[in-house]
Amino acid sequence: MFELIGIPPQALFGQLLLGLINGAFYAMLSLGLAVIFGLLNVINFTHGAQYMMGAFAAWLLLTVLGIPFWAALVLAPIIVGFTGVLIERLLLRRIYHLDHLYGFLLTFGLALIIEGVFRWKWGSSGQPYDNPIPGGVNLGFMFLPYYRGWVVIASLVICLATWYAIERTRLGAYLRAATENPTLVRAFGINVPRMITLTYAFGVGLAALAGVLAAPIQQVSALMGTNLVLVVFAVVVIGGMGSIMGSILTGFGLGLIEGLTKVAYPPASNIVIFVVMALVLLVKPAGLFGRTK
Amino acid sequence: MADPLLKVSGLNAWYGESHILHGVDFEVGKGELVTLLGRNGAGKTTTLKAIMGIVGKRTGQIRFEGQELAGSTSDIIARAGIAYCPEERGIFSSLNVEENLMLPPVVKPGGVTVEEIYTLFPNLLERRRSQGTKLSGGEQQMLAIGRILRTGASMLLLDEPTEGLAPVIVQRIGEVIRQLKTRGFTVLLVEQNFRFAATIADRHYIVEDGRVVDMVVAADVERSIDKLHDYLGV
Ligand SMILES: Nc1ncnc2c1ncn2[C@@H]1O[C@H](COP(=O)(O)OP(=O)(O)OP(=O)(O)O)[C@@H](O)[C@H]1O
Ligand SMILES: [Mg+2]
Repeated sequence: MFELIGIPPQALFGQLLLGLINGAFYAMLSLGLAVIFGLLNVINFTHGAQYMMGAFAAWLLLTVLGIPFWAALVLAPIIVGFTGVLIERLLLRRIYHLDHLYGFLLTFGLALIIEGVFRWKWGSSGQPYDNPIPGGVNLGFMFLPYYRGWVVIASLVICLATWYAIERTRLGAYLRAATENPTLVRAFGINVPRMITLTYAFGVGLAALAGVLAAPIQQVSALMGTNLVLVVFAVVVIGGMGSIMGSILTGFGLGLIEGLTKVAYPPASNIVIFVVMALVLLVKPAGLFGRTK
Repeated sequence: MADPLLKVSGLNAWYGESHILHGVDFEVGKGELVTLLGRNGAGKTTTLKAIMGIVGKRTGQIRFEGQELAGSTSDIIARAGIAYCPEERGIFSSLNVEENLMLPPVVKPGGVTVEEIYTLFPNLLERRRSQGTKLSGGEQQMLAIGRILRTGASMLLLDEPTEGLAPVIVQRIGEVIRQLKTRGFTVLLVEQNFRFAATIADRHYIVEDGRVVDMVVAADVERSIDKLHDYLGV
């Protein structure tokens, strides 16, 4: 059937897997952005830098302390999440009452500073990170490297667990309510400022986790987040800011669309997401899953 | 009154630059049901908000069970045992009825159980999986009152719970408030509907231009009816 349209199945499924992997990263990153934006009303332009910090944390844990990938998977998000606590407490908290523009300037400036520091310390060439599950399996129609399959499944689990925690648990109800009316939630006795700090830290930790997952696939470098985050913002715009399931579906969906484009017409693959973004904005300015605020 | 549960004195409040409360004084005894009456814009809602700590800025004293709360943030005030039901009801649209009901955390032991709340308001049980804001106005009001009963707070601040509701629902809410009083709740009720307030309250404070200007006990309402009509402009 695939030969009919002139595409060998190996290439098709290979690109689809690549699309799924990219989609997994888009989903995890846009999910964090959506959670942060929902409660803090800040578009976190530091997100790409924090993804990079996650990868670097894993790399440093391994090369300096000899801590393996699986432990870094837990430790790196906690470490980077803690820097998120500091950023929220010391900086973001001071600008909530100001215009959106200040949040943009602050988080964008922070990203430049962080990336500058990492580049200055470790240069801009990539550092390799050993694949923790080498090898793979031939599925007949394609070759599946174990690690890549694992990344897709792990990120799906992470995304769905986050969705469940927010949409179906007590803690998630606090978060949803505080997103709607923080003043009233606080007047019920909930420490909303602490919740805001932890939510930011969680979103940042999620970016760092994505960074750790990316380390064995990509090279670990100071600028690894910059290009990715550009696409992720397009994903967020397409999905609609603030929708949890929307960011997950849009993330994976756009990864796949990108993969398919690479098979059908490779030169368009770099811009297809932005084309989709323009089209969606024309039809639904609030995004596919967005509610107008 | 020897030892009021809530004693507010010299309460001033601001929204940004506008100075709204100019020294509000009143007190509520334990187990009492007291109303704040007054015309539109007199400062009744602002008084409740100032007690809860959700106005821009406030000064004065708010003593609750002997504890000074005027310097505290609203979460601390709630945890001291004061529960607030806002005028606009504040039902969350991203939560279903049951999630709305379970949202306020328990701050003290001895609150009303969820089963009892569903017995008080059977509609809520039937519709517990519906989106909170899909309820009718009356049901939303029941939900807004119901959810603060669970927390174990002993003092309830209710802002116009009968506003815009049909007479039978007003009656139902009146019955519930009376039951709450017999259970030992202390209630500070803001009302426009004076005829409703007169049927359930022990005392009435009159608020005018950000001050308490008069107080009428239930037994004197008949005798003071002309004066009250004057204050309320009815
Ligand atoms: N958020 C706000 N910002 C500025 N001014 C406000 C705000 N809320 C209320 N006010 C003003 O404060 C004054 C008192 O308002 P408040 O809501 O306390 O009145 P009220 O007695 O509850 O009236 P009503 O019976 O209409 O509910 C009014 O003049 C109102 O315009
Ligand atoms: Mg009012």
